[in-house]
Amino acid sequence: MMNYFSPFVLPFVLGTFVLLGICVFKYIRWYMSFDRVQRSKVKKNILSLKFLPAIWEAILECLFHRKVFRRNLVLGYMHSSIAFGWFLLILVGAIEAEVCIHGSKPFWVAIFYRFFVHEHPTTTSVVFANIMDALLLVVLSGVMLAVIKMVYSKIVGMRRVTKHVLFDRFAKFSLWFIFPLRLLAESYTAAYYGNGGFMTQALGNLFAPIYHEYVEMAFWTMYSICLAVFFVSMPFSRYMHIFTEVFLIFFRRMGVTEGDEKTGYTMYELSACSRCGICIDNCPMDKQLGVQGVQSVYLLRDVRYKRGTEEVANQCLMCQRCSSDCPVGLDLMTIRRQVRTKESALDASGNYSYADNIQAFNSVGRVLYFGGCMSHLTPGITESMIKIFEAVDQNYWYMDKNRTICCGRPLLQQGFLKQAKDLRLKNQSMIIKSKAKLLVTSCPICYQSFTKEYNLPIKVMHHTEYIAGLIKSGRLKLRKDDLKVVYHDPCELGRGCGIYNEPREVLKSVSTLVKAKYEKEKSLCCGFNLGSTVLTMEQQTKVRDAAVESLMDKNPDLIATACPMCKKAFNHATTLQVKDVAEIVAENII
Amino acid sequence: MRKFGFSISQTRSIDLDQIDFSCLDELREAVPTFMVCINCGACTATCSAQQFSDFNIRKIKTMLMQGQYEGLAKQLDKCMLCGKCTLVCPREVNLRNSIVNMRRILTKKNK
Repeated sequence: MMNYFSPFVLPFVLGTFVLLGICVFKYIRWYMSFDRVQRSKVKKNILSLKFLPAIWEAILECLFHRKVFRRNLVLGYMHSSIAFGWFLLILVGAIEAEVCIHGSKPFWVAIFYRFFVHEHPTTTSVVFANIMDALLLVVLSGVMLAVIKMVYSKIVGMRRVTKHVLFDRFAKFSLWFIFPLRLLAESYTAAYYGNGGFMTQALGNLFAPIYHEYVEMAFWTMYSICLAVFFVSMPFSRYMHIFTEVFLIFFRRMGVTEGDEKTGYTMYELSACSRCGICIDNCPMDKQLGVQGVQSVYLLRDVRYKRGTEEVANQCLMCQRCSSDCPVGLDLMTIRRQVRTKESALDASGNYSYADNIQAFNSVGRVLYFGGCMSHLTPGITESMIKIFEAVDQNYWYMDKNRTICCGRPLLQQGFLKQAKDLRLKNQSMIIKSKAKLLVTSCPICYQSFTKEYNLPIKVMHHTEYIAGLIKSGRLKLRKDDLKVVYHDPCELGRGCGIYNEPREVLKSVSTLVKAKYEKEKSLCCGFNLGSTVLTMEQQTKVRDAAVESLMDKNPDLIATACPMCKKAFNHATTLQVKDVAEIVAENII
Repeated sequence: MRKFGFSISQTRSIDLDQIDFSCLDELREAVPTFMVCINCGACTATCSAQQFSDFNIRKIKTMLMQGQYEGLAKQLDKCMLCGKCTLVCPREVNLRNSIVNMRRILTKKNK
């Protein structure tokens, strides 16, 4: 046992214990502060089969970085060469120590193997030495890419890199130095003992004339200290994501979701953010408006270090582009909403008592139609829907024909939780009292609200889904135009609810659908999303103009969309006609 | 005196020298467009809350300009933030932001 000890291992051993201690402490403390719902989800599912896919997902995402690969091959290689490469270095090192050393040995031997073991080379040891060298080369290539990325981020397909705080940079450099130092230390030992692989031995042969025992010790000590520095700074820096993402994937698979308030689960999410900055690249706030320091990566960092401010949280359209890009799949919108939560909102009650006397209409066997506030500014949409209902002889109740209250989502997005709940309960009781079987809405904002925030016993459809169903079942007969139509995916309907195909199916049956430059989850926000209150009209129109431009790729005759807000936004931005899917359908009924 | 269903209002005056304009100043800073309003009332006409109650954005603006804060917070709470007012405004006043900020400023003031 004793012959595997040298003073230089001490920093590494200490660092490892500190790292483990802090991580265990943090993870337990965070878990203890889960709220009731979150904890019951964990208790319910901890022994279920949901674990199996979670293991697979954790391997795919945390080791292979599948989602980063999907975005850009070089970026994916950079991330996984360091993460997976380092993981293999440790794993193969441990196997090597297990195979080559008989009897008990301390755990650090696997890390500092070449220093301690240098007897006559056998076939096994040569094979291992070469494998380890190859792995180290892979990691070093990843580090090299990371260094290049710092000055020229286009190499990994990124427009911008995250501006890190000083401490993160410190941790980053300590990580980068680990691998060159390991190369130097191993090569230097190989210079004397000849136990290196193809790379370390080649470098070692250069060192051979200047070999000195103290220098060898110095290299190994530096390597050990560098590891220790990285380990100790890891739990406080962005590198906490390395372990946290695994826990997050398991919790997520168990059905735990982000709540209205910041809990321990939020801490898991915040720490699982690697601050890769992928969310910055396509953020309209950065890309179109040049507003920096407000993107999800910065907000999450600020919240994690308890510096989150409403000013930063407000600077966002909530178009969810970052959520769909995030390789960790964090619930960025909810975390932003938590920061926006207004304290004063907690004691508000009875604000909307004025809506108490709206009567529900007995709608057994009818379809409930909810236009939504915005549709009242685009009467073409509601009129078209009524025309469609009448064309298929569908009895309906136009719930908010004359007087309407909002679905509550705009209030929710601004952090007025109590008020939003008030409105939700009012609408909900009216919908349930009407006894209808189906709720159709024309507004994606309401649609997302009804499907995600309400607890409704009836089916909810966006009108594009409803029309697609009518066409499929043959109830609605349409003639086909030869107009070239381009479809704009509204944020709330597309990225928010995942409805991409139904509007396209409908449009294909009435017109020729052409492709836009950015489609589906990549579509651009129209700039008028209700998620933001602080953007000026000038900023909003800038975002809108970029969105309109991206739709013009194939010279369409008509812009179609499925959101009254988007329609309203585009109306004055282009000479082309802007129409809702429902309007185009209503015009083509046979 | 016989009651005819009318009452006589208390005499009321606004002394412009005594008004506390701090709230208005703060709002003006947060939402500069608030001051380009021409009182046309388009916002009030389209407002959803107005259809049910006496919520009136134009009135709220007048109250704020005259430094009358009594009952203002309660009025503001009736807004549902649906944003129709901002869309119809011919002067492009960011009314949603004005209301969010008025709520914030008044909450701070009433503390």
